[in-house]
Amino acid sequence: MQEIIHKLEEKREAARAGGGQTRIDKQHAKGKLTARERIELFLDPGTFEEWDMFVEHGCTDFGMERQQVPGDGVVTGYGTVSGRLVFVFSQDFTVFGGSLSGSHAEKICKVMDHAMKVGAPVIGLNDSGGARIQEGVESLAGYADVFQRNVLASGVVPQISMIMGPCAGGAVYSPSMTDFIFMVKDTSYMFVTGPDVVKTVTHEEVTAEQLGGALTHTTKSGVADLAFDNDVEALLMLRRFVNFLPANNRERPPVWPTDDPTERKIASLDTLIPADPNKPYDMKELIGKIVDDNDFFELQSGYAANIITGFARMAGSTVGIVANQPMVLAGCLDIDSSKKAARFVRFCDAFNIPLLTLVDVPGFLPGTTQEYGGIIKHGAKLLYAYAEATVPKVTVITRKAYGGAYDVMSSKHLRGDVNLAWPTAEIAVMGPKGAVEIIFRQDIGDAEKIAARTEEYRDKFANPFVAGRHGFIDDVIMPHSTRKRICRSLAMLADKELENPWRKHGNIPL
Amino acid sequence: MQACRDTGAQAVHPGYGFLSENAAFCEALEREGIAFIGPATFAITSMGDKITSKKLAGEAGVNIIPGHTEVIRDAEEAVRISDAIGYPVMLKASAGGGGKGMRVAHNAEEARDGFERASNEARSSFGDDRVFIEKFIEEPRHIEIQVMADTHGNVIYLNERECSIQRRHQKVIEEAPSPFLDAATRKAMGEQAVALARAVQYRSAGTVEFIVDAQRNFYFLEMNTRLQVEHPITEKITGVDLVELMIRVADGEALPLGQEEVRLDGWAIEARVYAEDPFRNFLPSIGRLVHYRPPAEDSHVRVDTGVYEGGEVSMFYDPMIAKLVTYGADRGEAIRRMQRALDEYYIRGVQHNISFLNALMVHPRFIEGRLTTNFIAEEYPDGFNAGMVPQEDPAKPIVVAAMIHRHYMDRAAHLSGQLQGYGRKVGEEWAVVIERRIHAVRVRPTQNGYHVHYDGRDYSVVTDWALGQPLFEGSINGETLCFQVERQGLRYSLYHRGARIDALVMTPRAAELNDLMPEKAAPDLSRFLLSPMPGLLVKVSVSEGQEVKAGEELAVIEAMKMENVLRAERDGVVARVSAGVGDSLMVDQTIIEFE
Repeated sequence: MQEIIHKLEEKREAARAGGGQTRIDKQHAKGKLTARERIELFLDPGTFEEWDMFVEHGCTDFGMERQQVPGDGVVTGYGTVSGRLVFVFSQDFTVFGGSLSGSHAEKICKVMDHAMKVGAPVIGLNDSGGARIQEGVESLAGYADVFQRNVLASGVVPQISMIMGPCAGGAVYSPSMTDFIFMVKDTSYMFVTGPDVVKTVTHEEVTAEQLGGALTHTTKSGVADLAFDNDVEALLMLRRFVNFLPANNRERPPVWPTDDPTERKIASLDTLIPADPNKPYDMKELIGKIVDDNDFFELQSGYAANIITGFARMAGSTVGIVANQPMVLAGCLDIDSSKKAARFVRFCDAFNIPLLTLVDVPGFLPGTTQEYGGIIKHGAKLLYAYAEATVPKVTVITRKAYGGAYDVMSSKHLRGDVNLAWPTAEIAVMGPKGAVEIIFRQDIGDAEKIAARTEEYRDKFANPFVAGRHGFIDDVIMPHSTRKRICRSLAMLADKELENPWRKHGNIPL
Repeated sequence: MQACRDTGAQAVHPGYGFLSENAAFCEALEREGIAFIGPATFAITSMGDKITSKKLAGEAGVNIIPGHTEVIRDAEEAVRISDAIGYPVMLKASAGGGGKGMRVAHNAEEARDGFERASNEARSSFGDDRVFIEKFIEEPRHIEIQVMADTHGNVIYLNERECSIQRRHQKVIEEAPSPFLDAATRKAMGEQAVALARAVQYRSAGTVEFIVDAQRNFYFLEMNTRLQVEHPITEKITGVDLVELMIRVADGEALPLGQEEVRLDGWAIEARVYAEDPFRNFLPSIGRLVHYRPPAEDSHVRVDTGVYEGGEVSMFYDPMIAKLVTYGADRGEAIRRMQRALDEYYIRGVQHNISFLNALMVHPRFIEGRLTTNFIAEEYPDGFNAGMVPQEDPAKPIVVAAMIHRHYMDRAAHLSGQLQGYGRKVGEEWAVVIERRIHAVRVRPTQNGYHVHYDGRDYSVVTDWALGQPLFEGSINGETLCFQVERQGLRYSLYHRGARIDALVMTPRAAELNDLMPEKAAPDLSRFLLSPMPGLLVKVSVSEGQEVKAGEELAVIEAMKMENVLRAERDGVVARVSAGVGDSLMVDQTIIEFE
């Protein structure tokens, strides 16, 4: 018996050693942690249950049969974050460069299958050179097996990818189908084709960092949700992020007990909206002041900043916040912001997270770039997402709600449950000046007349009361009572039940 | 005047702003039979001019700085006079104030050059290029005497205020009494101030400013014929309400107290809270007061302010946010109360000097009272950096950071949806990482706070701090304290006694792994100003070859009918302006290139 136990320990030691000390040191020298160190940081201490430690690849070509590392380049299992169950896989760059073999993929599939069965999030810590080329099509099959599970798990359990090293070629498509992608600055990159291929084909000279680094994907492409400074920050912040999410699509979001009074009055909000309608203000001030404990976890902060998305809590429960940001592009909707917000709204809807929408939107961004880029279809994504969502929807219009953009932003007409407006709200087809130039086209030459008409239009429509008369607004509220009114609305909506008609799936304008 | 008519005012107190020393305003009031709560016009006009005031003061027997009070015709005359006075000398604009048009010269050449510059500056700033020269005082202190006079010929002095702590010739810290004066000097200065007040038939409150050298020789600087910003500290130590007296005197009442009844009890300090950036050469800052919470007032702490949370600090007025006054039985107590009040003073949204003020309050040289008007220039030659302020007890921020983090973890441990029987257990062992140094701590909750063990010592922390609160108020081992707390990502920034401490708190294992993380160089701030949005370039505020300071406006872009001001992220020189006014800009289009 003693000998058998000893043998087990030996096997375990071999697995834990991964690719060996030299490679571990190399990994550290790059500023990266090992697969196991990462799991250790991410999970509650001592809660990791590892599976498939003894899995080995089956490749016998190119001398691979002589190279066996137990675990085959990926560490898998489950554990807890704040006592809540999560499944995790962490690719080990020190073993065959973290490359994906058939058995490596099987390990990932196994935790995904279990996560689906018990209803818990899957967190992938990606650090892989790509396909195990020695295996050929077996590796490709492995990728596809993972892809298929990503799709089946989508909307059932939250899936999160943390890119902590290379992620290139077909490998990008698993993270791309997960709900959130986070990256580590300077040590991670994602692209479909690398700089060498790019140079051969298009003659563009570009570094891996420029092509697919964390900065690129959090500011230019919008592929990634956030970038972190290093592995430690990334994984500890990921813990904080997971605390916001329900474990699956049948569960309500978790409750974080708070001391922050739901009836808290915030006098300074009464002066948030500047007297000049063309002067911007920071929507994040409003968010920070109304949510619990001033704790807002923003996503995609560097991309399409004209719309803000992220999680916070109200009265302890998670809410998804979507808000126009007047500081950037006047808060208008464009292709990028529509796509960003639409995907966020759909995540919240899939996982029972109530939506809080803060509206100050002057309309859609005009221009050839937008039209050629297909703003019609992209804008429709956000419209579709809001209209489809059945979770509690609370909307507060702080200032402008013009035109089609008003409809889109969780309006009453898209089954908004509680739609509130500040006294400064202007709900209209367009701004007074534009409207007058159309209605009174014949007076355009007469500046005085136009000015008078504009004032008239402003008096008539640049307020929340016309919409209120039709019941499109449930109430006009004092800004200082915003937190109180939202908390009460969400409490009232806690047991909301609403179903869309049965269908195989809708056809969102992709 | 219209406001006076509208309200039917019988009298006007002009405050200490631009109306208070405006003779034309006094005359206008007089014409309409409205009383001016302040001195008569003659005193205002005669003391308002530096040359006239010096002359009158000299005649009244007030000490005058050796110098030349006549207007100087040209640079050659300036050199002759400077030679006669003896270097160093100061060249000053006659109509000047606030440091404008002032030059120090250490030799003939500098005197010649300084004269040209001072008169040019005086002409452009005040429309009056008269310049005079006087002896330059080394290790100078600014000490002023408060006087009060009625219309019955009674004049008293209400002790002194020391206002040596100045930046760019603007007062920052004032205190009463001065830690430097002895009773004899105080009396001599007071009597000269009274003599001057009598000479100009002064009535109401006024201040005679002196410059005092290291041997306690004092010389007349100027007389301010109004209530001063820093008058509250005099009120605190004398128990006299100066504004009340001004109103009574304006109504013809006699002073209710004589010189022998003027008290000097305790110590008062005033700190001027400015919307300015001490990290960037005290450039004024404007914007919305996103968060504003002054310290609680009591008989020892007074906050004079007109702002509120959600209010705006605009570019149209002085950047002063508030006057914070503390009082104590002695100087030490007044300083300690000021330190605590500044710890509590919470302002966000505009840049402010709270940390800087508190750094002054803990500065050993300030505490010893070794002040001169060059204090700030000498002690902060490279500007101010809150990261460099030494901590009296470095353990405190470590204890506070550890406790705050443990509080967050304990709350997270109450999250719903945990695995039955495998709920989160928060450990006691933690590591506080400050500037990559790891401090091992043990933290456990107690009935009303936390117990922290660090570096062989036990700390009992009692607090009712709640998550997200910007002020951590409580006590450590019975000593009350206040930290300002900001949580950004993993980092806790703690503000205390003028210092800012950035701390990470994590498990010891995480700290060990964190140690493997490479130190990253500061992000490469691009040489280009790129358009952050598509829009119309409506203004380029700089030109090629121009030097720009961080925070300076570079260009204005109009997008969606809104004006967006682009500012310099750092100091630099403009190499090329690549876009022109009226251009339609695309995202990331280059507007300006820097060298």
